[in-house]
Amino acid sequence: MSQDAQLRIISALVENKPGVLFRISNLFRRKSFNIQSIAAGPSETAGLTRITITMFSTYAQADQVMKNVDNLVDVRGVEPFDASNASVRELALVKLSPGAPSTRPEIMNCIETFRGNVVDISPETLTVEVSGDPDKINAFISMARNYGLKEVARTGAVALTRAMTTNEEIAKW
Amino acid sequence: MFGIPGGANMPIYDALYDQQSFQYTPLNERGIRHILARHEQSAAHMADGYARASGKVGVCMGTSGPGATNLMTGLATAYMDSSPVVAITGQVPSSVIGTDGFQETDVVGMATSITKYTFQPLRVEDVPYSVKAAFYLAATRRPQPVLVDLPKDVQQMEDDIEFPQSVDFPNYGPLPEPDPTILKTIARMILESQHPVILGGGGVKAANAYLELRALAELLFAPVATSFMGKGAFPENHPLSLGCMGMHGSERTNKLIPECDVLLVVGSRLSDRTTGKIEKFCPNTKIIHIDADKAEIGKNFKPLVLSLVADAKKALVAITKEVEAGMLGRHREAWVKKAQEVSVATPALDGNGTYLSGVETVKMLRRILPPKAIVTTEVGQHQMWCEQHFQVIEPRTFFSSGGLGTMGFGFPAAIGAKIARPDVPVFDIAGDGSFAMTENSLATSVEEDIPVTVVILNNRMLGMVAQWQRHFYNSRYSAVRLGNSPDFVKLAEAYGAEGARVETIPELETAVGRAMRSHVTTVIEVPISPEENVLPMLPPGAGLKEMIVG
Repeated sequence: MSQDAQLRIISALVENKPGVLFRISNLFRRKSFNIQSIAAGPSETAGLTRITITMFSTYAQADQVMKNVDNLVDVRGVEPFDASNASVRELALVKLSPGAPSTRPEIMNCIETFRGNVVDISPETLTVEVSGDPDKINAFISMARNYGLKEVARTGAVALTRAMTTNEEIAKW
Repeated sequence: MFGIPGGANMPIYDALYDQQSFQYTPLNERGIRHILARHEQSAAHMADGYARASGKVGVCMGTSGPGATNLMTGLATAYMDSSPVVAITGQVPSSVIGTDGFQETDVVGMATSITKYTFQPLRVEDVPYSVKAAFYLAATRRPQPVLVDLPKDVQQMEDDIEFPQSVDFPNYGPLPEPDPTILKTIARMILESQHPVILGGGGVKAANAYLELRALAELLFAPVATSFMGKGAFPENHPLSLGCMGMHGSERTNKLIPECDVLLVVGSRLSDRTTGKIEKFCPNTKIIHIDADKAEIGKNFKPLVLSLVADAKKALVAITKEVEAGMLGRHREAWVKKAQEVSVATPALDGNGTYLSGVETVKMLRRILPPKAIVTTEVGQHQMWCEQHFQVIEPRTFFSSGGLGTMGFGFPAAIGAKIARPDVPVFDIAGDGSFAMTENSLATSVEEDIPVTVVILNNRMLGMVAQWQRHFYNSRYSAVRLGNSPDFVKLAEAYGAEGARVETIPELETAVGRAMRSHVTTVIEVPISPEENVLPMLPPGAGLKEMIVG
């Protein structure tokens, strides 16, 4: 893989019809590209779904796959996103089995640092919801390995463009 | 419409029986003529051949399960060569879908990778829209196959439904007009160039831009090479024609191409068969790439200088207009002369005297057949001999499976082409291995009264594989000897066709003449040497200048 290979985000607005997700994922498979994550959900317009795909690829590969996705009849539009032009967020549920009760305060501290929420608790386990950009989730999961990490469920990244605000405009605020 | 009935599409066939217009006559062109194939793969190739010869959508039909899976090779062939084919498949009743019912296959899933779109209407009111949309999608932008999968219960439902006048796909409309800024830059690059070459691909043919390509080439004094799919996009007897480039293109053409300073690529995806090793392709040339499909830009060849997504015809017309004034009084005598030296290239023949050679036979066929005759090929050595030695002169007269390389394509495609053009002789130049794959279409051509001629260059080998084993596997011939079975003359006669075996040029002339006058399909077998090679050739991984000559 060439040097500019990196994690890339593609956002597609598609018609909510049977088989659309299959057509898109099939395209990635056919071109031998590996989808890192894929998240789909209703958009602001009824009947249209926004799909966010992350993939590890070169610029040329991403360019090729975006053109192919855009060629699909049911796709309304495709955009490349990255952290500089878009807000990227992901949600994860992380189940821990901390063992000794004495470690709990330390764990709670860590959860707070990551602004996580405890969504389920039992004598043996603790389930934490954490959201943020994918790197933050990665960081939380690697911390959690110290506290008896049991299971992880991640939504995959979702993204929307940021308003292009200049520094002067920010200063006005 | 070419197809075969079965359990899951019987309601459609029953409706065809009912239709008065089923009794198709040339005067009643609005009627539907159904041609009964003997294998669904052939039905798809027939529809493809019809589409390529007519420029209109060809339709093929099969039942669910095996009928539909048999269509797949034909659809993949049409997909790779950008041919507008609509496939209509029967499906098990909608209540049974997903239960592994008898003759159930996930046809939509299978066809997704080899079609532009698939429809599976589950309500009868969606059927007219799906059919209308299938034809629209297949024929517009880059032509490609579309599949309509009809569950049997949906076929049986009756309702009063208006047939839609138009269909609407928000992100799928006509191609944009050529961008004027890019056009100006292209024009400037071409006018500044000293040694321009145009590379025409299949997209020129799909856009029906034959005359426009010729007008621009003549205005620019630019020699024109084609890809194999583009063969015939430019008259090959034209003084500016370089013939085909690529794996089995002419050696001199392949050597000349990297010398051009601007290469205008029109409607070619620059496949590996055309460019040779991509890293060695035209390192010092400015490449301008025009294609109807934006996904082709930068797909195979990345360091493009300039690209334009547009209809080939409109782009060629617009470029011609832009450069017209700048070309006034200009000539490129030296460059044109160099190009003309290329076009007389004659590779060595290597027949051994006992047999007619494949090359001689193909050259002779070109001399005998009128320029308007349609020629199809199968896949293999005979196909590449046609690439090298069968000059294509008139538009829409040469069809071959260039992308997928489907053995068995040529004969059914010839039958489809004959339906589209009953006024011209249609020939399939075949090999013995390929012909065997769809030879039962003889029954269709005889029973349905569609006379075509098959010329089999019979080397009793899977010749191209044998050639590769000779060159790259130390002559270890593994599973390529086909032996003397069948006797193709008797086989033809068994189907009610005519058969002839010819061993000399005069015999060939006589047999071809008789076949063109015959009202029934003729199979002409030409025994050739099993050792004859297709040369020159570009070995895999080699650049354009590194051909094997002998």
